[in-house]
Amino acid sequence: MKVIIIGNGIAGSNAARYIRKLGDHEIFMVSGESEYPFSRTALMYIYMGHVQFNGTKLYEDFFWQKNRITLLKKWVSKIDYTSKSVIFDDGSSLPYDKLIIATGSKPNKFGWPGQDLKGVQGLYTLLDLESMEQATQMGVDHAVIVGGGLIGVEMAEMFHSRNIPVTFLVREKKFWDMVLPADEAHMVSEHILKHGIDLRLESEIAEIIDDGNGSVAGVITKAGEHIKCNFVGLTVGVSPNITFLKESGIEINRGILVDEYLSTNIPDVYAIGDCAEIRMPKPGRKAIEAVWYTGRMMGQSVAQTICGKPTAYDPGLWFNSAKFFDIEYQVYGEIIATRQEITQTFYWQHPELEKSIRIDFKKDSKQVIGFNLMGIRFRQEVCHHWIKNGTTINDVMQNLALANFDPEFYDEYEEQIVAAYNKECGEQIKHQGKRNLSLVNRLLSKI
Amino acid sequence: MSTNYKSISVASHHQTESLSTVQKLSLALLSLGGLMQLIYWFGGLTEAPSLWLWPSLLLGAVGTAWYGYDQYQNKIPGVKNNGIWFKSLTSRGSVAWMLGIILTGFYIILYWFPQYLGLGNKETGNTGLIRLFDPLSQMITGHDASQWFVYGALYTFIIFFLGLKFIWKYRYNKYQVLRTISIMFFQTIIAFLLPSVLESFSLPFNDFKNIWPLNYYFFFDWHIDELLASGNFGIFVLFWGILSFLVLTPILTYFYGKRWYCSWVCGCGGLAETAGDPFRQLSDKSLKAWKIERWMIHSILVFVFLMTALVLYTRFTGQANFLFLNSGAVSNLYGFLIGSAFSGVIGVGFYPLMGSRVWCRFGCPMAAYLGLLQKTKSKFRITTNGGQCISCGNCSTYCEMGIDVKAYAQRGQDIVRSSCVGCGICSAVCPRGVLRLENAGNDIDKRAKETRAMFGDFE
Repeated sequence: MKVIIIGNGIAGSNAARYIRKLGDHEIFMVSGESEYPFSRTALMYIYMGHVQFNGTKLYEDFFWQKNRITLLKKWVSKIDYTSKSVIFDDGSSLPYDKLIIATGSKPNKFGWPGQDLKGVQGLYTLLDLESMEQATQMGVDHAVIVGGGLIGVEMAEMFHSRNIPVTFLVREKKFWDMVLPADEAHMVSEHILKHGIDLRLESEIAEIIDDGNGSVAGVITKAGEHIKCNFVGLTVGVSPNITFLKESGIEINRGILVDEYLSTNIPDVYAIGDCAEIRMPKPGRKAIEAVWYTGRMMGQSVAQTICGKPTAYDPGLWFNSAKFFDIEYQVYGEIIATRQEITQTFYWQHPELEKSIRIDFKKDSKQVIGFNLMGIRFRQEVCHHWIKNGTTINDVMQNLALANFDPEFYDEYEEQIVAAYNKECGEQIKHQGKRNLSLVNRLLSKI
Repeated sequence: MSTNYKSISVASHHQTESLSTVQKLSLALLSLGGLMQLIYWFGGLTEAPSLWLWPSLLLGAVGTAWYGYDQYQNKIPGVKNNGIWFKSLTSRGSVAWMLGIILTGFYIILYWFPQYLGLGNKETGNTGLIRLFDPLSQMITGHDASQWFVYGALYTFIIFFLGLKFIWKYRYNKYQVLRTISIMFFQTIIAFLLPSVLESFSLPFNDFKNIWPLNYYFFFDWHIDELLASGNFGIFVLFWGILSFLVLTPILTYFYGKRWYCSWVCGCGGLAETAGDPFRQLSDKSLKAWKIERWMIHSILVFVFLMTALVLYTRFTGQANFLFLNSGAVSNLYGFLIGSAFSGVIGVGFYPLMGSRVWCRFGCPMAAYLGLLQKTKSKFRITTNGGQCISCGNCSTYCEMGIDVKAYAQRGQDIVRSSCVGCGICSAVCPRGVLRLENAGNDIDKRAKETRAMFGDFE
């Protein structure tokens, strides 16, 4: 059987890897972006000089040949579903038995005047990074970043690392407050300011100004302010990168519609990762989840299905992570969605440092449903264990240190946190946990 | 906060950071200190070394400490790796190349041509660089300096002051701070001052933490004779040497991994972690390098065992030869090839080109021994945090031992590798909180095999 995967991001790469693990099929992975699969989330670290491109490759180059996965550096122009073949922009074509579409996202543009000027771009692909580097080499005196999401703050940090002043326009009241609870959003907003970023909250652009030669000269905000700049970063979200499939007969809403087996309406064609839209998402989950982790899981899931072990895609408990300049962020389970009516939240913040812990739990049963961490690392396995087993907040508090994943010798806040919890909730919990892996293993091996 | 923003807006957009006034001043002090030593050395001076030595050391110390302090003082806590791959010094550029040549050359002179450092004999006395250190040597040991005293003094000085810089850089990471204080203590007190003081009491020079087989001459005839001639102290040293190899090392490694030695105690490790810190990213992460590493380091372990067995055979039988092997020739060869050329010339000289742990990774027989213990009988591992890895490659990049940490982290597998020295930098630079160094005995075989990063379910 011949499998073609379009797109070599984490979803496609992981699909290839698992298909090989599960069988002896012929595997082709196509990408016009890069010869070898790399970590998209690491693009910022290349620009900042922390890592080299080679260091961001998912595997050493020999891996693909050794696993007989053929990498093709080509752009796909269209797919012929009747003859079951993929047609490339150089005119050549390749037949498939099974096809996986994993073409990822592209940055959103909302029709602002000037959005296609030179020096205006998003950051998603390696090519975006290259053009950002090129612009920097030409000299960026001032960058404006539009949109307060994860890529926006990454871009701000990137320019900051090169001593380029940044104005950061964010529509919301606080940075990323559609995801982060207010306290955390406030902490991150303050942190961004502390780095010298000119963060403008509740601020949007109206238009991007042409310098007369087709390059950006500045932006005008909705409030009418004119900000001079020669780079504009558009980071107002991403949407599925599927333009080349429009009108091809594959069912599309915002993304390529797939069932729980990640199959599209066309036989033997699957879609995974950012470009896939799940028809019936699990409760509390979105139809399109453009995150690294779900892409990776979908790749593994579809591989099983293709290799004769039909497997419904199950992303498990929600989790995610990010880093806002120097503040690490981790989330396990649900934090915001069902707040207030049936859930309660406990929040502790360090009196001076940018560190906090939030635990959401059900009002009636006291069972924990989510952990939100800023500047403190928690163990995913322990949080999942507690959530899945319906552990009560009191039990969690009693053993809180088992979840901690900070490096050895770091300050321990568990006693303070439990004291704060006792005070807030009128409990008398005594903390007994230890930051000890043996105890953690004992907890995890209990059924 | 917009004031901050204004102060940055006047900064240049070029990638090279311009030096602050403090940085210029501190570097000027450091350079002056260095220049004074060079003048004394190359001028072949012999007069008034105190007038040159103390000011030069003071300038160097103040300059280094001040520079390190200023570099990280007004920075927000966090990873400080901006521009590492753009700077000539830290990305094998021309500065790195020149520094590598100079360091290598220094080691060649130190080991084989100490007369160029100014080493004299009893009648003539020292000149140049070694003469410069006579006052310090007189103060501590009671006699004139040797090239090894000068080397030890500079080595300790560098570990101490670049250690301060390292602590300041990682001052929010207690593991790094404590580890570096430990390194500074062992180098300054145990490796430098104590042996010198012993010498001043006419006892044999002994660095108590320099354990056989790293200390390859421990069982050499002259060394055993020297110990046996030193009464109870000598017997104690002999006893301690054997005990530390046979008992102390396996026990500590069982509980904590080889890191207790390699990144908390050892002097070679100490230099790598402090002076070598800017070069840690240069280690080769490829599978091929790992293969070469295993062949080389284990061959050297075999070599040192063989050589020591030969030497002891000769001692107890009086036979210089075992079959065709001459114990004197074999030990000389080891001393030249491994003890000098590898550990010094390549080990440190190549810092700016191959990273800071070339010796520890490819050459050190003690590391090989510790590594075998770590791999087979230890509670130590690096735990990976479920499925949180984003394969960004920071961990692998900054692993000075060239371990492809990412390869494990991205499939959610605990890392048990014989070469890991437990420096903890992978955990420090990880942007997603995926790595933790820890010890636990109950499941290590299982977790180091399992991969747990894929589906959302871990149980």
